[in-house]
Amino acid sequence: MQTLDPTPSDPPVLVDETVDLIPPKSPRRIGWARRRRALSVFWKTYRRSRMGMVGLVMMILFILLAVFGPLFVPARNVSVAFAPGKPFQPPSLQWPLGTDNFGRSVLSLIVVGSRISLIVGFAATVVTMVLGAGIGIASGFYGGKTDTLLNALTNWFLVIPWIALAIVMASILGPTLLNIILIIGITSWAGTARLVRAQALTVKERPYVERARALGGGDLHTITHHILPNVMPVIFANTVLTVALSILAETTLSLLGLGDPNSISWGGIINEAFQAGALSAGYWWWIIPPGVMIVLVVLSFTMCGYALDEIINPRLRAR
Amino acid sequence: MSVLSVRDLVVEYGTTGGGVPAVRGVDLEVDRGEVLGLAGESGCGKSTIAGAILRLLPAKTKVTGQIELDGNDILELTPGKLRAVRWTAGSIVFQGAMHAMNPVQRIGDQIMEPIIVHGQSGEREARVRAGTLLEQVGLPTRRLNDYPHELSGGQKQRIMIAMALACSPSLIVADEPTTALDVMVQAQVLQLLRTLQHDLGLALLFITHDLSVLVEVADRLAIMYAGRIVEQGEAEAVFHSPAHPYTKALAAAFPAIGDMRFRGRPSGLGGDPPDPQQIPSGCPFHPRCAEVTPVCSSVTPELWTAGPARLAACVHASGAPALEGVSR
Repeated sequence: MQTLDPTPSDPPVLVDETVDLIPPKSPRRIGWARRRRALSVFWKTYRRSRMGMVGLVMMILFILLAVFGPLFVPARNVSVAFAPGKPFQPPSLQWPLGTDNFGRSVLSLIVVGSRISLIVGFAATVVTMVLGAGIGIASGFYGGKTDTLLNALTNWFLVIPWIALAIVMASILGPTLLNIILIIGITSWAGTARLVRAQALTVKERPYVERARALGGGDLHTITHHILPNVMPVIFANTVLTVALSILAETTLSLLGLGDPNSISWGGIINEAFQAGALSAGYWWWIIPPGVMIVLVVLSFTMCGYALDEIINPRLRAR
Repeated sequence: MSVLSVRDLVVEYGTTGGGVPAVRGVDLEVDRGEVLGLAGESGCGKSTIAGAILRLLPAKTKVTGQIELDGNDILELTPGKLRAVRWTAGSIVFQGAMHAMNPVQRIGDQIMEPIIVHGQSGEREARVRAGTLLEQVGLPTRRLNDYPHELSGGQKQRIMIAMALACSPSLIVADEPTTALDVMVQAQVLQLLRTLQHDLGLALLFITHDLSVLVEVADRLAIMYAGRIVEQGEAEAVFHSPAHPYTKALAAAFPAIGDMRFRGRPSGLGGDPPDPQQIPSGCPFHPRCAEVTPVCSSVTPELWTAGPARLAACVHASGAPALEGVSR
């Protein structure tokens, strides 16, 4: 039988290249080798996107800042009781971004606040994605009564103004870090669920899902092997964008005074500045820098999100 | 012993406007090592039968009768048992290979999928098996690492065949496997199917609307019209000397090049297949039939003997009971 392969001159390669690269000892070893190789291919593609690279560099800088930055800030720089400077000092060599109403260094506050802002952003996104993807896929895949029920729930969460719901939940549950994360997650999964459901609806009608059923796969197999990988681009692009939105949500809640009063976050800084009348008194160094940080973080995640979307969808990449 | 035996299969699709009978009493028998061709116009119920064999039809569909696949009574199986039988007893080569593959999975993983789902072997052995299958369908093993969009239409169809073979089923249902392919590739795929079927001793149920394809591949032919089998017999004989007027019309639609009878006037069949909710009385084919008789609208023909090893559901068949005004 003749082959239809367009490049018959290529030297024949073994079944799996990893087999001759590393002599495999266990199936798990093969799995890891394959994952490593897939990752290197992914990285090569990602590097071609300039927007993605700029976003990634910014994101890494922010993550480094959040992880290591606070270690270099002397505790008294952000302490209300032992603040080192005089209140409301404009930027100077000693206080590069000036001081707040207690005489704390605004730069130090921003560095310390980055940690909370990013933690809340990531953690709330995990909650959002698990809820949104789970409910969206269940709704789209099972259809019928399940769909009607979950759809009603999704609509309810979409229609109710999230800020009102968040305020109510924050005042009932109390303003702790964990509660803030849960509140943001619970109030923002509906959009993701709607998006994932739509995608799941189209994917489940594709013939390869019928094939999966025909070859004896159960619902769980079909969902994990066929539905989920095919709605993944939607989920992924959404995830990175949701991190940005979650950071914004945390900022909003803190701005409204619903944040954890014991921790410093960027939204919290702006909230304190606002309450101290920084806006009318012209203490711009107290408000603008945390605002710029929020904008930059959101921008970096958004840029990565677009670049990822282009790569994860193999058909988009082939173009 | 027959691998697939279908008895009095009736399939009714549930719609808001009431039930739509797509298959109305079909008997089929496919033996080990045999190719049965199932032909008919669009909408005559061919693909419905394919779906019924592995119980893949929508949940609202009413299926009655009996389907026995490799000793399993398909319609009576519990969901778990049914899943175990799917692909191991009978597999399907789907219509439209380009859409029957998951675009974000490498084809190697997709060929391995049934092997892993049924726990027949671990991932390494399954991968080796997938490589062997790929070679069997005439593709190099390195293609395992390709994504579906990197393959041509013919290659994808070969992959579909490799997938169907993965769990060594006794029966393969090929549902219009060559529809979207050009004639050259179609011939290659047909030859491949035939070779594999012969070498592995498979039973093959080959579904298509293209009679000329079936004559090349099938041992026996069954012609369907409006949810029923109207003629059945040895492939060459059915094609070259059809007994049922519908088969005659189908066969005449393929002109023999060089044959004077076809010159200048390719013949077709007028009219449309009947609405399944309004099947004509008597013989469902009589409004379009060239050899219609007065009794055709009242007598419902059964599959009567129409020659050696030949059955035809027509009052003109030699085994039909004597009826007024009917010539044989």
